[in-house]
This record gives sequence, structure tokens and C-alpha cells, in this order.
Amino acid sequence: MKQQESAHLIEIRDLRKIYALGEEPVAALDGVSLTIDQGEFVAIMGASGSGKSTMLNILGCLDTPTSGSYLLDGIEVARRTRAELAHIRNRKLGFVFQNFNLLARTSAIENVELPDFYMGRLGRAARRRRALELLKRVGLGGRGTHTPAQLSGGQQQRVAIARALMNEPPVLFADEPTGNLDTKSSVEIMNLFTELSNEGITIVMVTHEDDIAAYAKRHLLMRDGHLIRDDRAPAAPSAPAEGGAA
Amino acid sequence: MNVFMILRVAMRAIWRNKTRSALTMLGIIFGIAAVIVVLAIGKGASQNMVAQIAKMGDNVVMIFSEQRHAAAGVHGGAGEGQSLTASDGIAIRRELAHIVKAESPEVRTQMQIVFQDKNWNTTIYGCSTEFLTIRNWRVESGDFFTDQEERQCARVCVLGKTVAANIFPNEDPVGRNIRIGNMPFRVKGLLEAKGVGGMGQDQDDAVLAPYTTVRRVLQASKFPDNVRQLKLSLYSMDQIEEAKREIGALLRQRHRLSDDSDDDFRIIDMAEITSTMSGVSNTMTVLLAAVAAISLLVGGIGIMNIMLVSVTERIREIGLRMAIGATPANILAQFILESVLLSTVGGGIGVALGLVGARTLGEMLGWPILVETGSTMVAFLFSAFVGMFFGFYPAWRASRLNPIDCLRYE
Repeated sequence: MKQQESAHLIEIRDLRKIYALGEEPVAALDGVSLTIDQGEFVAIMGASGSGKSTMLNILGCLDTPTSGSYLLDGIEVARRTRAELAHIRNRKLGFVFQNFNLLARTSAIENVELPDFYMGRLGRAARRRRALELLKRVGLGGRGTHTPAQLSGGQQQRVAIARALMNEPPVLFADEPTGNLDTKSSVEIMNLFTELSNEGITIVMVTHEDDIAAYAKRHLLMRDGHLIRDDRAPAAPSAPAEGGAA
Repeated sequence: MNVFMILRVAMRAIWRNKTRSALTMLGIIFGIAAVIVVLAIGKGASQNMVAQIAKMGDNVVMIFSEQRHAAAGVHGGAGEGQSLTASDGIAIRRELAHIVKAESPEVRTQMQIVFQDKNWNTTIYGCSTEFLTIRNWRVESGDFFTDQEERQCARVCVLGKTVAANIFPNEDPVGRNIRIGNMPFRVKGLLEAKGVGGMGQDQDDAVLAPYTTVRRVLQASKFPDNVRQLKLSLYSMDQIEEAKREIGALLRQRHRLSDDSDDDFRIIDMAEITSTMSGVSNTMTVLLAAVAAISLLVGGIGIMNIMLVSVTERIREIGLRMAIGATPANILAQFILESVLLSTVGGGIGVALGLVGARTLGEMLGWPILVETGSTMVAFLFSAFVGMFFGFYPAWRASRLNPIDCLRYE
């Protein structure tokens, strides 16, 4: 994959995604352009049907645009085969889902190790070591052997975050990461994201909750497939000042 | 992602659904076990048959007299012709001494044997002194008749074990006088027990006597030199083609056949009989194996069914794996390996069950059993192939899934 000159981590130009539903084609994305730089913490907002999920899917290389270009870390990814996209997702992107998507009946540590199975970067011992470190990092040091069923929702989401960090991706995508969590757990998860952001990890998050979006430093508002607002908060939002690990 | 990691994932998936996996395997287990048992019985039977045929003697060639195909008139059946003579046999023995180790006519007649108040109906074989060499038989006590006795049409005979047991239940028959039909004969010897022959007959239910005596005295034939059959034993089976050619030429000459007429004899060697007989048993084996293969097919369809269910059930897992970097090839490999694992574990259990089953059945029914390592391996590999073949479609479907749809699947 050839590198292209780009100063930005993510650069999309005139991105369109058109679904041929019924007689009339529907544009879920209708000419969106934007750039996201290394270390940004971005929240994509909008009503349902606004195109924010389509946007996240394309940014997350889970879907391909109908037209337009998408440079991720200097690589054009708009038109790639499924296998190539899988490699890009594996190496460059981490995912955190609303419903955690951990493998059932599989220990937390093995869930965290999973991305490296497909990358094969580390040996067995190094992989285990890194997974343990990451679990400690998200505050689940002693729970590596627990299965998802033995963990609370907040804990499961932390395992998912640890998993997303396994291959040291430059970007983390989060799709309604607190959608299934109670307020306390939500706050803990958002604090963890803030910490990761402060460490320089780029985070792109889709949410429809204002108080969750408030943790992000930049807010994109979508409507009818268009990007209608792009606010950069001048200062960090007033997040509770407790240390992320609980 | 290397094979061992995928293998671990597959093993875990199978282990998670123990009952379902076991039931799915059952089809393969019984299919493979059936193949092993059927092949063991089939091969056992055919090997047994070959062994039985080999009992008929060493490198044996048989010559039957056969009616010539006359342009018109009534045709007799095989052996009806009167062309073959004992002199033909003597000539073959003399002319082809470098190939032919032993030679004997064989004539048979069914007669009543009487000693005091005991009597028994059996087959009298008329033969030469070399008959024992041809059949690989031995005299247990007493002696065989001599060349001189053969020339003189002496009324002497040698008894098979079954005959001796019926006529002389409590005494040694050697040296006794018995009657065959109305003629008095002296028992010169007793043959060693030989058991059941290649065609299922009791080989010990026989009496051997010089063919001259049988033809002239017992059958009172007007053409005592004519015989139904000549049996030869060759030094080596490698010479069979040469022997057939030479014997054919000699007999045609002796029978004064013109170049354009057919043979009035037929030469058959043991290899022919063996291949005919084992051909029959091989056909049976192939048929039974086909039935077993169909049961394997059904087992394979069971695997496909369960794999399709498994793919649907784990659609979220597939989506997640794809999202974090599994390529379609990874997913394909994972599910194929899972179904191959199911089928080979089933195949392994099936092989074990088949081996035990074949042995048990063999012991219970007293059938000869032959387990060939090669065909067992083939059966096992076939189970792997079944898994691969029937696992491919579900795995392919899984690999074509769209990660977004999978992740949203409820």
C-alpha cells in the first residue's frame, strides 16, 4: 500500500455512500469532507438516520464509500478488497462497541489477546504479557481469567477497550460505548477514554448523548448525510477529576 | 494467525457444544465403522478363499477334455468329451519333464464302502502315484500305492480321515480288507486330515485308488485309458504360459487335430480360478463399501447442517473477529477446520469402533477377518475429506458475511 503525502491521520474528501433502497437511491453520506489529526478526541453526533453510523463504518474500514477518497495514516483505503480492509482494521484501528462484543465463555485475557492472533506480531509469552498489562491499564488487573458472564457491563467494556489497544492502533473507534452502561460505569469509561486521549491516542466516538459527547474535544454534527457543524472545544470539558482506574 | 491457533479456536468451539458435537459425529462414527467392518469381512473372506484355493495344491494346472465344437450335432457339457487319456498325461510328463514336477489323471466315482457291518458312501478318486505331490497331501500311517500296483490295476486304496472314522471307528484300517462296491480292496494307508476344501467340501471324505483300477475294475470302462481330467504340478508358476503353450501343442499333435479345428481340451491354472473367485468376493466388497459410503455421505450432510447452524449462531462472533482483523480467508479456515476436526475425531472413533466391531463380529460368527492398514488409513482420510467437503459451504457463507451486518445481528 503506497504512502501518500498527508499531514492528517484521517483525511476524507467528498465522501459519498449511496444505498439503492426502493426506487430512489438514498445518500447516507452526501459529500462529506473532513480531517482528523493525531491525538484528537472527536465525537460524531446526530439524530438516527443522519449518517453518523455510516460515517463511522466507513472511517472504521468496515464499509467502503460509493465515491470519494479516504486517506488513513497516509494510505488510500476507499477502494480495497475485504482482506486488505481486514489487515488495515487489524493494524491501524481499534473498536469499542455498544454491546461490548466479547467472545462468550472466553476469558478476559484471551479476549484481549485476540487481535494479535490475526496479526501474529507477538509470540505466545509476549502476547500474554501485553494482554495482562493492558488489563491492568484499564483497571482489571486481577480479572484476567474471568469470562464476560462473570464481569459487569462496565468491566466488560474495559476488557473491550483493552482488546482495542492490543495492536497499538493509532485510532480508536467507539460506537455508543456507554449505550448499555449505567451512569457510574459510563463516567468511568469516559474517564478512561480521556486518559487514553491524553496519552495521544486518537479517539473517534459516535454518540447521541450530549453529556457523553462533552468528554470529546471536538464535536461533529451530522444531518441528512451532511456534516453541518464542526466545533472544536477550546478547553477540556469538565470531567470528574477522579483517576480513571476504579 | 497460524494453523495451531485456528485449531485451538475450533477445538474450543466443538468442546463448548459437547452434546451437539457428539451427535453430529455419530453419523461419521457409524459410517467409518461400517466401512472398516465391511472391508474387514470382505477382505477376510477373499483372503480365506484364496488360501482355500491354494490348498488344492502347488502350482497346479488342470486339463479337462472338452467336446470339440462340431459344425452340427448335439454338444455335450464340459468334461463330456472323451478325448483326454492317461497316456496323454504320461506323454506330457515325459516330454515336458523340465517344467512338470508331477502328473496324475483324476477320475471320480461315487460308491458304497463296506467293512463288516459298517458302510459309507463316498467319492473314489482314481489317480497316479504322484497325486499326493500335486495336492500337497501326506499319508499319515501305512503307505501310498506304488507304480507297480498302478500298472497292475491292484485293488488297493488309501482312506481319508472321514471315511476311516466311519468305517473303522475303533481300529486301525491299515492292512484291512474292505469292499468298494462289490470289489474287495486292501487298505494300504490313511491320509492326513486336510479339512474343508476351497469349494466347501470335506476333503477327508475321499478314498484314493490307482486310476487304472478305478477305470477298469470299478467303472469297468470299455475305454479305460480315457480320463476326465489330468492334474499337473509345475516346478514354478512363472512357467505357466510356456507350459500351457507346450501342453497345448503336444495334445493337439497327439489328438491329431488339424490346424483349423478347435482344441478338444481345456487348460486351467489355479491363478485363473483364484482371480475368478476373488472377483466375486471383490464385487461384494465393493457393493457393501458403497452402502457404507452412502452412510458416510449422510453423516457429512449432518455435519454441514450443524455447521450452518453454528455459523448463524455465532454470527456476532464472526462480525467481531472480522472487525478486529480476521480476513475472509481466516474465517473460512476457522470453520472448515472446525468441521474437519469434527469429522476426523468422528473418523478416529469410527476406526476404533470398526476395528473392535470387526474383531467381535469375526469371533462371534467365526468369520475370517482381515484388517488392512491401507484401507483403514483411506477410510480415516476419507472422513477428513468428508469434513472438508461438507464444511466448505457453511464456512464459505461465513466468510462472505458483512461485518457490519454481523455486529448488528440480534
